[in-house]
Amino acid sequence: MTMAHKVFVPLQGSEVAARLDLATEVWVGVWDEAGELVEERTVVLPQASAEGLCQLLISENAHTLVCGAIEQEYYDYLTWKRVDVVDEVIGELESVRAAIAQGRLSPGAVLMERKVEL
Amino acid sequence: MDTRGRATVVDLFGRSIPLSSLLDEIPSAVVILSRERRVIRLNRAAEALTGIRSEDAWGLPCRHVLRSSLCAGSCPLRSLSPDTGPTCREGDIINRDRQKVPVRITFSLVCDHEGSPVGFLEVVEDLRILQQLSDKKAHAYSFGNIIGHSPEMERLFSILPGIAQTDSSVLITGETGTGKDLLAEAIHQVSGRAKGPFIKVNCGALPETLLESELFGHEKGAFTGAAHSKPGRFKLAHNGTLFLTEIGDLPLSLQVKLLTFLDDRIIHPLGSTKGIRVDVRMIAATHRDLHAMVREGRFREDLLFRLNVVRVHIPPLRERGDDVRLLLDHFLAFFSSEFQKKIKGFSAEVLDLLLHYPYPGNVRELKNIVEYAVNVCTADTIQRRDLPAYVVEAPRGVPAPAEPAVPSRVASAPEALSPARAVSAEEGWEEVERRMILDALVQARGRRNRAAELLGWGRSTLWRKMKRYGIVGNQNRGE
Repeated sequence: MTMAHKVFVPLQGSEVAARLDLATEVWVGVWDEAGELVEERTVVLPQASAEGLCQLLISENAHTLVCGAIEQEYYDYLTWKRVDVVDEVIGELESVRAAIAQGRLSPGAVLMERKVEL
Repeated sequence: MDTRGRATVVDLFGRSIPLSSLLDEIPSAVVILSRERRVIRLNRAAEALTGIRSEDAWGLPCRHVLRSSLCAGSCPLRSLSPDTGPTCREGDIINRDRQKVPVRITFSLVCDHEGSPVGFLEVVEDLRILQQLSDKKAHAYSFGNIIGHSPEMERLFSILPGIAQTDSSVLITGETGTGKDLLAEAIHQVSGRAKGPFIKVNCGALPETLLESELFGHEKGAFTGAAHSKPGRFKLAHNGTLFLTEIGDLPLSLQVKLLTFLDDRIIHPLGSTKGIRVDVRMIAATHRDLHAMVREGRFREDLLFRLNVVRVHIPPLRERGDDVRLLLDHFLAFFSSEFQKKIKGFSAEVLDLLLHYPYPGNVRELKNIVEYAVNVCTADTIQRRDLPAYVVEAPRGVPAPAEPAVPSRVASAPEALSPARAVSAEEGWEEVERRMILDALVQARGRRNRAAELLGWGRSTLWRKMKRYGIVGNQNRGE
């Protein structure tokens, strides 16, 4: 990252919300030009709503949204507003934060252990 | 153990076959989950619907694969146990093409031979086609098998789809023959529980002791003659709708039991020490005035409040204006086709007679009259002689015997316009309507626009009726 960067991660519990419109809170992290996480906070949303989240992102001048499933309509709107959308991400916030810091987060990333106990 | 793509079925065909050869041929999307609700397998239809390959979904929590709106809040799989059957819910998923797809998901528990849970099965149905059809139907003057285009019915049709989609209890009121049973079934058919059972119980048809066992079931040996356990209608209606018709006839002792169920959704069969949780939507109907029954101590007020979550009143036919003509034509076409007769319509005299008949038995009576006429008719038009004698001999325009039961919606209109005030045994409906018009005109000081507003009619309807009753021009002032 070459400049201050604001990233939003909609959450459900401690992991990336499976759907943007089901997120009950959103984690906001700001990385400085040196790639250091300089600010982070969690915003509790008044209600789960994709539209409400989009408004929040635009009003907060978000650079990147890291999310699970997002409808095409919202995806197009955010990219049109120059928000970089990294969707289809599965994982805990911790893993997502680490992946962002290392610059290895991409759409469709599965940052969670797969397991089936039979 | 990683079972990606290698699962086999051993005993079914006498030799081992790949599970995929069975699963992939099922046209509905099937998702197999472990006890921890992680994906073990998607069939081909599920891969197409979600846009994710079975191998890629393996080992991931179901919520990240299906991405259903039903995952919000409490996961439906959590409420499954070997005692409860499968549960069915409607919601939507967002697939990998970023499309929101309306779906109906049936959640089931998978158990081993000993009955111990080993995993879950989800069958996902794509409802896009059904939704397109219902969008088209939303513009029609109908809901289920009920038709009508009077303002009263149109208002009803516009709110019913919304009501159907919720799980709230519904109380349907209306005079006998207005179509309460049809409406209850239509609500069930449009709801997310359509795949589940629709169980109807007539609370007035069985004696109290039988009704309790019929509703809540009993255990073997609960009483003399109880040789076997019986599930009861509540249990049978699990995942569906229980329709209690004539709820006003429910004995007080059972009202308490029903109240308990509405509070905690648990039924206690006769003779059983443990309760059974059932997922049932309740629809009740009555032609009685439950508020009056509460005042008389014959119906529990707290039960009324619990049932009265969504109240739907079906107006009597005499308040449905031009619907009489619509229904006459509808039933004529229906019975002509049913009895393979080529009847074109009603003669002018018969039509006039039928349009002015008061129909105390409402739509049911109208339907019976048309069925009789179609049966008897030998020509291509229904004549006076084809009608039942009681219709021909009835004095024209005698108002239907007002049932003391359900308070009419009209009764809540301004008192000056209320027909309830005007109706007496000697007067016909025409006279009542004429007086309503006059009252409205007096109240509106002769302004027809205002009078039409007061009556809830269009200006042209008022003008037509004024002309019909001779209330025009100077005569108006003369009145």
